[in-house]
Amino acid sequence: MSTDLFFAWIGVALCGLGLFGFIVHHHLMRRLLAFNIMGSGSFLLLVGLAQDGRGPDPVPQALVLTGIVIAVASTALALVVLRRWYRVSGESSLPEDV
Amino acid sequence: MSGWSPVNAWLPLIVVGTSLVAAAGIFLLKEHRHGLRTVFNLSAAVIKLGLVIWMALGVLDEVAFETRYVLVDGVSFILRADPLGIMFTGLSSLLWLFTTIYAIGYLEDAPNRSRFFGFFSLCVASTVGIALAGNLFTFFLFYELLTLSTYPLVVHRGTEKAMRAGKVYLAYTLGGGAVLLLGVAGLHALVGEIEFAAGAGLRDLDTALNPVLTLIFVLLVIGLGVKAALLPLHGWLPTAMVAPAPVSALLHAVAVVKAGAFGIVRVVYDVFGIEFTWQLGLLQPLAWLACATILYGSIRALWQTDLKRRLAYSTISQVSYIVLGTALFGPVGTVGGLVHLLHQGLMKITLFFCAGNYAETLGVHRIDELDGTGRRMPATSVAFTLGAFGMIGVPPLAGFVTKWYLGIGALDTGMAWVIAVLVASSLLNAAYFLPILHRIWFRPQRAPWPDEHFRDCRDTHPWLLLPTLATATFSLAAGLLAGMPFSPLYWAEVVVLREYLP
Amino acid sequence: MSGGEALSWLLVVPLLAAIATLLAPGRWRGWGSLAALPLLWLAFTPVLAAFLHQGTLTTPLGGWSPPLGIALIGDGLALGLVGLTLGVFSLCALFAAADPDPEDHSHLWPLAWFLIAALNGIWLSGDVFNLYVGLELLGLAAVGLVALKGSAEALAAAMRYLLAALLGSLAYLIGVALLYAAAGSLALADLAQLDGGDTTVRVALALMAVGLMLKTALFPLHGWLPAAHGGALPAVSALLSALVVKASFIILLRLWLALDADPLAVVAAQAIGLLGAGAVFWGGWMAWRQARLKYLVAYSTVAQIGYLFLFFPLITGTGTDAARLAWDGTLLMLFAHALAKAGMFLAAGNLVRAVGSAQIADLAGVGRFRPLSLLSFGIAGVSIMGLPPSGGFTAKWLLLQSALASGQWPWLIVLMGGGLLSAVYVFKVLRHAFVEGPTRDTFRSPPTAAELAALTLALSSLVLGVAAHGLLALMRPDALSAVLEGAG
Repeated sequence: MSTDLFFAWIGVALCGLGLFGFIVHHHLMRRLLAFNIMGSGSFLLLVGLAQDGRGPDPVPQALVLTGIVIAVASTALALVVLRRWYRVSGESSLPEDV
Repeated sequence: MSGWSPVNAWLPLIVVGTSLVAAAGIFLLKEHRHGLRTVFNLSAAVIKLGLVIWMALGVLDEVAFETRYVLVDGVSFILRADPLGIMFTGLSSLLWLFTTIYAIGYLEDAPNRSRFFGFFSLCVASTVGIALAGNLFTFFLFYELLTLSTYPLVVHRGTEKAMRAGKVYLAYTLGGGAVLLLGVAGLHALVGEIEFAAGAGLRDLDTALNPVLTLIFVLLVIGLGVKAALLPLHGWLPTAMVAPAPVSALLHAVAVVKAGAFGIVRVVYDVFGIEFTWQLGLLQPLAWLACATILYGSIRALWQTDLKRRLAYSTISQVSYIVLGTALFGPVGTVGGLVHLLHQGLMKITLFFCAGNYAETLGVHRIDELDGTGRRMPATSVAFTLGAFGMIGVPPLAGFVTKWYLGIGALDTGMAWVIAVLVASSLLNAAYFLPILHRIWFRPQRAPWPDEHFRDCRDTHPWLLLPTLATATFSLAAGLLAGMPFSPLYWAEVVVLREYLP
Repeated sequence: MSGGEALSWLLVVPLLAAIATLLAPGRWRGWGSLAALPLLWLAFTPVLAAFLHQGTLTTPLGGWSPPLGIALIGDGLALGLVGLTLGVFSLCALFAAADPDPEDHSHLWPLAWFLIAALNGIWLSGDVFNLYVGLELLGLAAVGLVALKGSAEALAAAMRYLLAALLGSLAYLIGVALLYAAAGSLALADLAQLDGGDTTVRVALALMAVGLMLKTALFPLHGWLPAAHGGALPAVSALLSALVVKASFIILLRLWLALDADPLAVVAAQAIGLLGAGAVFWGGWMAWRQARLKYLVAYSTVAQIGYLFLFFPLITGTGTDAARLAWDGTLLMLFAHALAKAGMFLAAGNLVRAVGSAQIADLAGVGRFRPLSLLSFGIAGVSIMGLPPSGGFTAKWLLLQSALASGQWPWLIVLMGGGLLSAVYVFKVLRHAFVEGPTRDTFRSPPTAAELAALTLALSSLVLGVAAHGLLALMRPDALSAVLEGAG
């Protein structure tokens, strides 16, 4: 394993951690945070994988920027739905599957 | 082939289309527009009959009527008028006209008439499509459409019993359709598209494929056998008797059971080819199956107390005559089978019309209530008697012609035991029809009629009586004038000469 | 304006309409959207004309060419799907605009326009990252539409849908990262040069496939779908079932065609096919068990999605004939299902409105009062059951032929059994047309335009069965011939 891929592996670890959290937690806020950790991990992976000595590559940077915007938007929408759900049902987690 | 023209290329589609247009028009009409609906119904039926007669005359002159286009790569939609197809088309359009008249009278003041006549037209469109289909794919298309368009007719009354019958009907027909589709798709995958009347192509295949072809044949016959009510697959037919009388008449005489029988004829003659089927050793088992069904249906008919159910079991038995004729390897037997396609249609529709007349006029449904009906409804009873004698095969009625040809055909093929089956079946026919005739004509009326209508008519309502008498006359003529041009026998011989004898 | 440039208008028009409807007052949004629809068709016509004239169209957006810029590619498949999207959306919009909305659901309009922009973006994208952006926009718009009703049930469904969508997109994004590392490019066309056996590529494809299957709701990842599709407004359910789940499927299909060289692909394809089979049976069984009409239709979508995934075992490692039949059959199935299911959801919406109850058991007697709605449901049902003459049947025929041509007998059982199972649940609804039960006298009338929209969609699924030849020829791609060369 080359040191170039250090960030990429950190990204993978973050993704794994996030996925774990996403699966074990039921509280919606925690799940949302877990999702954000996964997102950060994948951005790190995207940038980290490109650090292979070919010099700076603008494409991953552009992608990650777009990705961050999308993640922010998704999180905002999730928060709105979550708050509404909490107000309507008084629950902070989803009911069990029908 | 001569006389190709754009009109001829469209005519088969137009013939199917007349009832489709009628169906669409009827669906769009409001429930209370009875007059307009009747105009729609009758004009579509008359136009269709006219076009079919025109096509029939053309076919005799060897004019080609064919509609075809490519549906998806490797599959074509083909409608074509060949003598066999025209025979079935002619039967359906003729009987559609009479059944429509009858149904208009029968359903007077009944609810949901728009729905009934809409699906009724759709049903006839499918039947004509089946008759004119030029390949198995097109045949299957209309065969399944027939299932869909008859279901609403079977459950028309909407009672608990009707819904149950509908469920049974669907289970049988959709299951059969799936098996048929497997057979059709399998054959297509094996040899590509096969058009009817070019069936000899299968003979040239590698003999190593024979087991697969046998399997496909079995699948096809099972799929078609459901509608033709062959022995283990007949269960839906007596149950479907809850439907209104015109539906029973149409289902049993023309559309559904005939579609199955007609399909078997097509598969044996026009897909596999009679010689090749013989070589595969499949004709013999088919003949056994047909004979078993003939006897089983007749025996079960003996025990039925409900008039329509007795007729239903009689249908199971009679339709297998067609299959039997197909399974006899030789031209004479074929003529017997094919001619019964028409004869059985005419006779059975007459009988069902009569059963409907008894039920509508007097409220009589059971056989033991028929005592003395001959005096109250003489015309209907005469028609019933003609139909019954025809079924038994009393010379010179239509049924006799059939049985005569089947018998000779069996002797030609060296299957003399078939004669025994025919004799036994005729005796059984007599055993379940003669007691009915005895009650009608020779017993006095026992009790007041259960539910009497049309008291001021001598017999019954003219809309009900006229179609009954017309079909009875046709079935009488089919036997008496069998030797004349344009009789059913004449057509059956044309088919055999044109297609099956090299 | 050349046809290539016109491609971008297919994105610009819906985006502008979305913004305009967002700014407009609520009561103008519906009719304003209907007025904007012709513009969308106007943008589509020159594109289609140019495609028929010169073949596949390509536009680098803003003049930047790949790899830095983003290219829109209008091939036959893409344009076919754009046409389908426009058609289904137009009728759903008509339905929604005609709806005498008692509560204010006018936010439907900007969200729906965003949805259309995202769909067109996905159909026309030629690179994997742009597809990601499209997927996310699609997911967010769709979640918003599901949440629109604001009830607890709708919000729970939207939340569950959102979580599934986010997870799916992330898996996909990680796959994109790995693919970029391996190929140094994001264009689908460049991915074809990758070595299929490479581990990075395999992991990438596996992640993307799982993410996309989650978004397509392939069994057993379908848990979010029934509540989201069954609980939404009728027009929304129709759009979601007809188009949205197809977007992720199409991305997977394009990826699969681009990265077909892997020897492991045959095994993976069989596994995916098995999941598809599971979907057909489980979805059908669950559909039959539903007591609520729209949930029955939603589970039917789960089942029908299963048929689409038979594409993978039928096209991977099979001969030219089987692959071509599988391609044609799958796309026809997709189109037929889109039209039939949209029609079915709209008809279900009309029926629910007419009887004022979501329960199937309350439909008794509706046949006499609202025959047109029930007829639409029945006609759509014919295609869903795969009975002739319908698009569903012709598609099933092609798939059957493909299975036979490639000697894969087990898929026959799936196709036949699934058809019979769907007949069971469709007739569970249709039988109510005929039951002469206690006739209620409190039917409400859905607007005529809403009934006609449902009928048009249902009828077009029927017509598709006998008029598919030209459409299929149009959509058969160069990509497929590349695959066939690879397979051959």
